[in-house]
Amino acid sequence: MEYLLHILILIGIYVILASSLNLIAGYAGLLSIAHAAFFGVGAYVAVLMGLHWETPFLVNLAAAVVFCGILGGVVGAPGLRIRDDYFVIATFAFQVIAFSVLNNWVSLTGGPMGLPGIPQPVIFGWTVSSHWEFLVLTGGCCAAVLWICHKIVTSPFGRMLKAIREDEVFAQAAGKNVAACKVLVFAIGAAMAAVAGVMYAHYISFIDPTSFTVMESIFIISIVIIGGAGSMWGPVLGAVVLVALPEVLRFVGLPSAVAANVRQILYGGALVAMMMWRPQGLLGEYAFRKGEAQQ
Amino acid sequence: MTNDWLRIDGLAKSFDGVKALAGFSCSLREGEILGLLGPNGAGKTTLFNVISGFLAPESGNVVLRGVNLTGKPPHRIATAGIARTFQDLRLIRQLSVLDNVLLSFRDQPGERLGNVFFRGKSSQDQEAANRNEATSLLEECGLAEKANDPAEDLSYGQQKLLSLVCCLAAKADLLLLDEPVAGIAPEMIEKMLGIIRDLPNQGKSVMLIEHDLDAVMQVCDRVVFMDAGVKVSEGTPEEVRNDPKVIEAYIA
Repeated sequence: MEYLLHILILIGIYVILASSLNLIAGYAGLLSIAHAAFFGVGAYVAVLMGLHWETPFLVNLAAAVVFCGILGGVVGAPGLRIRDDYFVIATFAFQVIAFSVLNNWVSLTGGPMGLPGIPQPVIFGWTVSSHWEFLVLTGGCCAAVLWICHKIVTSPFGRMLKAIREDEVFAQAAGKNVAACKVLVFAIGAAMAAVAGVMYAHYISFIDPTSFTVMESIFIISIVIIGGAGSMWGPVLGAVVLVALPEVLRFVGLPSAVAANVRQILYGGALVAMMMWRPQGLLGEYAFRKGEAQQ
Repeated sequence: MTNDWLRIDGLAKSFDGVKALAGFSCSLREGEILGLLGPNGAGKTTLFNVISGFLAPESGNVVLRGVNLTGKPPHRIATAGIARTFQDLRLIRQLSVLDNVLLSFRDQPGERLGNVFFRGKSSQDQEAANRNEATSLLEECGLAEKANDPAEDLSYGQQKLLSLVCCLAAKADLLLLDEPVAGIAPEMIEKMLGIIRDLPNQGKSVMLIEHDLDAVMQVCDRVVFMDAGVKVSEGTPEEVRNDPKVIEAYIA
């Protein structure tokens, strides 16, 4: 039972990550490989505050969200002036820098040793300790993030994001402040990733930089692309499939050393297959494969 | 000359040393339809790109109602009352016809996230009002039954019509139309020209680029003929057509 709850909690965390990246990549068309960086920075901010200042969990959570939101804006502002492939490279650079800082600023982050002994969250006297309680907390955050995403994408602001994704020139000629819009959505996505980071850190009760590498970013992108970029439920389905799939493999009876490699092969194979036959993903409406769509 | 509603003064812009605009000046009165004629490469589209802010001129000014718009970003100019169409027909092809029109409304409260979350009612009301207005615009132009189809499913002529409808939704005072009737069927041309001819009655002014001389003769109050980035001739459509300099430029 606890094992099943564990999977559900992980799915919840990845739903938050994938849905927030979907705002940036699926709706605004900005492919970012820095999402794990915001995931990690959010986790470290909340954990460090809790460990050093012993501030309440909700304060740490809010601080992590605000910090990552501002960081997203600061990273996004110069990065968004460059387009397409160059933007991808710029986010990659930020991802690498963020990892290096977490890994090398030993006096603050513990470096590769990580930060063990993260206390259980206490929310207005409720100590979140069992798997059930963590599932409720993660599910609540997940619902909040999905509600915010839903409000955004069904509003005229969401329509404006799609217009920017498809044709910036049209959007500008229609009076939309494209640059401001991109920075804003990037900051919102980064702030949401921080929520996932805080959940993850307190659930596992230990963090180290290896959880927040570029591989993690690529995994989140895979969830978005396979689930379906630019659709509300695509990333949710993607998270369920990609988190649960390797667990299913566990029961096929492969030796664990082989299973890990099979998992990587499956991800890679699934991505290639999706790109060839269904570039818009399982539920999506937006294909990253450009060319035939534009011009 | 300072009383002119739109004043374009000595615009210059070059690409790799080729002068697309070489000190171009002209002006527009309120409610006037001005045709821009000229051979390919005369700088007509460059002029539109400079007016609408997509290109910054090296010198010169664009002044609308006494407000200098030169060098402002495109979205500022678009909200200052200028709407444009593109020669290569820019629409959001994947979105519905209705969504394309809705996108064209300026300054929508629902495009500010603060309103979406904290003043939901007022932004939804405005959205509903825009939706009604967009639907009736589409009805007037005969695109109502296509409202929910993706814009890419429209015929070429219908897409041109849609981009004109988008300019109407923008409630702009100045419309810059880049070849509105090029390459479309005669009955669609009639429809487009009918809409354009009616624009001054709604207090709007128009600058249009068009190679179709008949169309220009029908709708334009005044015509400017340009070549190599400067104004060669100006006057009523008749005058310009009979100007020896214009005839010479076309033959050359």
